[in-house]
This record gives sequence, structure tokens and C-alpha cells, in this order.
Amino acid sequence: MAVNTEYAGRSYPASAPYEIGLEKVREFATAIGDANPAYHDLAAARALGYPSLVAPPTFVFTVTFAATRAAIEDPGLGLDYSRVVHGEQRFAYTRPLVAGDRITVSTTLESVRSVAGNDMVTARCDVLDEAGDQVATTWSVLVARGTADGGNA
Amino acid sequence: MSPSYDAVETGHELPALTLRLTRADLIRYAGASLDFNPIHYSDRVARAVGLPDVIAHGMLTMGCAGRVVTDWVGDPGAVREYGVRFTRPVVVPDDDDGADLHVTAKITEKLDDRCVRIAITAVHGGATVLGRASALVRLPA
Repeated sequence: MAVNTEYAGRSYPASAPYEIGLEKVREFATAIGDANPAYHDLAAARALGYPSLVAPPTFVFTVTFAATRAAIEDPGLGLDYSRVVHGEQRFAYTRPLVAGDRITVSTTLESVRSVAGNDMVTARCDVLDEAGDQVATTWSVLVARGTADGGNA
Repeated sequence: MSPSYDAVETGHELPALTLRLTRADLIRYAGASLDFNPIHYSDRVARAVGLPDVIAHGMLTMGCAGRVVTDWVGDPGAVREYGVRFTRPVVVPDDDDGADLHVTAKITEKLDDRCVRIAITAVHGGATVLGRASALVRLPA
């Protein structure tokens, strides 16, 4: 069954606030093998002008992923999640996220289409801080393939 | 010492990076990112969905490759944009050597507001694993 292309443009309610934890930033940075002092050392982050540890650019995906998943598992969308691979990922920041930020994520399905037998969904996540300012935007292209022939889920 | 906008030119190559991903790295990333898709730790499940073996999370590859930019610029908060396509999986065998990833990058465009566009190439096993990978970074004057 193909995806319901009428879902293009649909938005989902904001997620519950997520507080970026100091140790979570360190844990994530270690997991990507990155010893950059701005991710680990408070004094180093403050010397760069930040109030706390800087979250690595790809960190916020751990938060947006959950919000996006809730949207793309919407039964009305008709995307077969068991066959989904991650096709593309993009981040844009107005400022870096730092430990202590409380963020919320709103997901919009920017495009929903079927191309050459594959269903493709582009999910945009608007990431807002506690003041309601948009600090980041992420785009995930998710592809449900007719056959599982590789790719990164 | 951070690179300065005025001192860099289009075509400037950033210091290359060689990384190694082992099964332990995949497990650690699964825990840190909360992405527990079994194709990143179970041979059985990976093969059942047609993969040759366990593969790295695309987001792990993307996260590691981004270091080519942040190591160079120093301040990771200087990254304004970062985007990739996942074109080929990084297969990680269950041995001590794991999978090598070679990452190179160069400045492709100098833009307004002290920003530069950087193209990133990530190669594993002789083939690129990320497509159209690029970052937009704001440099000191």
C-alpha cells in the first residue's frame, strides 16, 4: 500500500519539553568519538561564550527522532515503518543548543510521495527553546523501500 | 587557533580524518542516541533484512564525519548547517578491526556574514558513504 500523499503539509502537536542534560551531552560526544572540549569541559565552553556545554550538531536528532517517529507511524499516513531507511538528514541552527536548554519539537510532513516504487517522506522538525524562539530546524528524509537492499535505518 | 574567514580561500582543504568504527562503538552509540534498531547490533536481524552484516547507524557516521569540520574550526557552535545523504551503509564486522572511515573536506564557497560552505567526503572500503555532505560554518574575522 502506497503512502497517503494527502498527508503532505500535515503538522503534529509539539512534543513534551526535553531538557538537554550535561552528562547526556558528554555521553553523546563520547559515543561519536569526539573529545572537543566544548562538549566536555564547562570552563572551555564558557570561554567560548556559552552558558554550558555545547551539544554536538547531530545531538538534537536523538530528540527529533522520537517526535518524527510518532508522526510517521500515524496509521493514516500508511508508511510501512518496518521497511523505512534513513535517506537524508539536515540540520540548520540559529544558535547552538547547550546543556540546560529545554526544547520542544513540532513535526511537519513537508512532502509525502511515491517515487519509483519507494515511498518517501520528508519530515521537518521545528525545535523551539523555552522562550519560544526557534533555535534549530531539522529535515529527515525517510524512505520505505520495496526491497530491503541496504541503507541506514 | 581558529581559522579566520579572511585567511581562507575557496578550495582550502581541511585536515583529513581517519576513524575506525567497531561493534562496541555501535553499541555505545545505540545507548547514547536511544536508537536500538537491531540491524546495528544483531547479525541475525541484519541478514534477515538483506544486509551483508551489521551496519553503523547513519547518524553515527554523520556525527563522526562532522568532526572533520569541528576539529578544524574549534568552536562547534560555529556550525550553522550540516546535511548529508546516506548513500551506502557502513558494514561493521564482528572483529577487532571494525570499519575504517576516511573523511576529507574542503571549502567550496565563501559567503556573506563570514560564513563558508564546506563539502565533506566520507569513504569506506573505497566507496563514498555520504552524498552531498556539506556544512555551513561561521568563522572568526
